[in-house]
Amino acid sequence: MDQVMIEITDLKKGFGDNAVLKGVNLRVRRGETVVVIGRSGCGKSVLLKHIIGLMKPDSGRIVVDGVEVTALAGEELIEFRKRFGMLFQSSALFDSLSVWENVGLGLLEHTDLDENEVRRIAREKLELVGLTQVEDLRPSELSGGMKKRVGLARAIAMDPPVVLYDEPTTGLDPIMADVINQLIRRLQTTLQVTSIAVTHDMNSAMKIGDRLAMLYGGRIVFEGTPEEVKATQDPVVRQFVEGRAEGPIPIYEG
Amino acid sequence: MNLAQYVGRSVGFSVAEVGAVFILLCSAARRIPKALKQKHLVVEQMLRIGVGSIPLVLVTSVFTGGVAAVQAAYQFQNYVPLRYLGSVIGKSVVIELGPVLTALVVGGRVGASIAAELGTMKVTEQIDALETLAIDPIRYLVTPRLIAGIIMLPVITIFSDFIAIMGGYVVALIGLGITSHVYFSSLKLFLDTLDVFSGLIKAIFFGIIIAMMGSHHGLRTEGGAEGVGLATTRAVVSSCLLVLITDYVLASLLFRGVFSR
Repeated sequence: MDQVMIEITDLKKGFGDNAVLKGVNLRVRRGETVVVIGRSGCGKSVLLKHIIGLMKPDSGRIVVDGVEVTALAGEELIEFRKRFGMLFQSSALFDSLSVWENVGLGLLEHTDLDENEVRRIAREKLELVGLTQVEDLRPSELSGGMKKRVGLARAIAMDPPVVLYDEPTTGLDPIMADVINQLIRRLQTTLQVTSIAVTHDMNSAMKIGDRLAMLYGGRIVFEGTPEEVKATQDPVVRQFVEGRAEGPIPIYEG
Repeated sequence: MNLAQYVGRSVGFSVAEVGAVFILLCSAARRIPKALKQKHLVVEQMLRIGVGSIPLVLVTSVFTGGVAAVQAAYQFQNYVPLRYLGSVIGKSVVIELGPVLTALVVGGRVGASIAAELGTMKVTEQIDALETLAIDPIRYLVTPRLIAGIIMLPVITIFSDFIAIMGGYVVALIGLGITSHVYFSSLKLFLDTLDVFSGLIKAIFFGIIIAMMGSHHGLRTEGGAEGVGLATTRAVVSSCLLVLITDYVLASLLFRGVFSR
């Protein structure tokens, strides 16, 4: 199982004069979970959005499962996205739909399953993330943590081979954060799901990641297993992992 | 920036904007066959655009018909016998007042709501989320609104025409002392099916304009609540302007070209 599933080569992206990604290189093997860590606003979400084709890079390429995402457009790109599930930082639930419709929308749109069947699968996925008896509620009736879990249930509803997590544990209490961490682990061990998670929650990163990659200054500056991260003397990584204000990473941005 | 630069930039921006709307319209139109397979999405939009607009259009139309009667009677003084009132009201309502006022009122209401809804979805990443579920946002969001606009605007216009003519009738009967028989026979005397038809053709175009302006500005929303407000304003202003401009163009084409004998 050493096959490369996601390969990002020299990815560059800027917004106006602000270069966010300055040449990102990253490889993710099939069935592996890589956690991209880095400060808020360093371009982690932008990186995820490129992988699923929501953003187009200025240069560089991304190959997922042998298909060059950066070269796809229109119908092909839409079709290609069926291989992905994505959890958004803000959950991004559809507020005009009920919880079960949110979770089952992909199934309702892409399969011939009838409503009862989709509802059953949605309930099953919701149970996986620790939610019961919420399927008829509206997203506006849920707490932030519940929204996040519904978002996660939606991301895995179609059993995609690749799942992208944007801050999976932000806004959750420590216990629920651990439930989500375990769930992400379980998806990886039982279903061999390939995942990329971006987070600044080091606790979560250490628990879910097979490997961690630190994004700093628009590039991946460090890659390694959680043990290697703990052991490294790299001052940038140390400062981030230990959460210190003093160090080589500037506090002021602009 | 000097005046020439300013004008140049504005013109360039407008041309780009028109191009973007046109591309969106073509993309949405191409997806009509697919969108028709998901009737529930279309029906939901038809109810929102159509049924939801009935109270507003009802009030607007009653008073439009009423004021048409009062104004026509004033202008007829000493020149035209009042028995022709019905045909003047009928013609002006079905050709012009019905379709245009309906489009302006519905454009304000529906254009704003489409822009606000899609705009909120855009800034809260719901559009991105749709795409990650391999759902085409144009097919899922824009095309059902386009179809609903094309179908419902003519339907509401017929309703508005009827109500406005009845509004005129009430004023004629009570305020001007014209009998039912005189009003309705005059209405029938000059009212042509082509007149009604031309009004409905206009309504179809207005339906396209309202759906597209709401969708275009909604999908282009950026930057939170302020952006949603801006998109809503732009959708309403641009759809009202385009309705009036298109009305003139269609009137010229239909009445100086196709229907003139």
